[in-house]
Amino acid sequence: MAHSPHAMDTEQGVHEEGQQHPIKLYFAVWILLFVLSAASYWVDYAQLQGLLRWSLILIFMTLKAGLIIAVFMHMAWERLALIYAVLLPPLAMIGLLAILIIESDYTAETRVIEFGQGAAAVE
Amino acid sequence: MEHPLQGQDQTLQQQGHSGFAADWGSDQRAFKKVSWGKAMMWILLLSDTFVFACFLVAYLNARNSTTVDWPNASEVFALHIGGANLPLILIAIMTFVLISSSGTMAMAVNCAYRKARKATAVLMLATAALGAMFVGMQAFEWSKLISEGVRPWGNPWGAEQFGASFFMITGFHGTHVTIGVIFLVLVALKVWRGDFDRDQRSWMSAGNGDYEAVEIMGLYWHFVDLVWVFIFAFFYLW
Repeated sequence: MAHSPHAMDTEQGVHEEGQQHPIKLYFAVWILLFVLSAASYWVDYAQLQGLLRWSLILIFMTLKAGLIIAVFMHMAWERLALIYAVLLPPLAMIGLLAILIIESDYTAETRVIEFGQGAAAVE
Repeated sequence: MEHPLQGQDQTLQQQGHSGFAADWGSDQRAFKKVSWGKAMMWILLLSDTFVFACFLVAYLNARNSTTVDWPNASEVFALHIGGANLPLILIAIMTFVLISSSGTMAMAVNCAYRKARKATAVLMLATAALGAMFVGMQAFEWSKLISEGVRPWGNPWGAEQFGASFFMITGFHGTHVTIGVIFLVLVALKVWRGDFDRDQRSWMSAGNGDYEAVEIMGLYWHFVDLVWVFIFAFFYLW
């Protein structure tokens, strides 16, 4: 990351506010996205179940999302000021997720107690 | 064109965390080397992230709290093709169509920065066509499920919340794709006419070869693809 002041100037002069990257990179990411999508479809096709299924789904999802954000949306070449502004706030959703997992467990338990297993969910 | 901040901004020299602190504390423009249009698009996408995240968390809450079995997406979205029953095939094809469109969009952005006017326009129109194809397949999927009796308040296979979650999540995503297709066509036509090459400012371009509107459009389109990645994982595969 240690650009000399001179290198920074040239870079800005040529690129203005835009970005340009070799087209090979885009093709590589494109192909990777296809492969990862095929892999996640295969998870369903092969009828994998349980922990293996869930972890594979999450791994493929994270890789795909990361590639799209980093390369296609150029996030990898932005300054940290923008990266933090965009990527940190959504982490708040982890809190909501945790709260609602607890809440839904409680709701399910209450429903079993009140209506018995397999009773209609909304009464 | 000279960078507007060139020569007067010392904080640009700082990288990493000290650059982050300097940029945010500089009492001026926080997102350096990013135009206002691009910054605003990122902020729109950030708020959209919360909308979709809330939908997905709400869906998780509904699915985890019901005592009735959740319908098996693998079977619900299966199609009979040539005598074979292929699980989830329609959704898989939709995924590939959307990823292809993301690829053509990335190429369009690349061409835009090389100021290849016609190639940019053609690639954007190809992206729009793939997006329209996606919406068409979604319309087919919706009519198929509706004809099989899926409603927001019930369905033949299990938990009643399935329909409500399905229509809300895919409906909002489909709306986003549709808006994206319309905007892609609008920007593509402007590029094709050479509006961005003229020595004339507009709300989309500073003129004289300022193609940044294409990259901003690309951000939106890639985001639509990004949301689909999460919907595919959590709603269809889980």
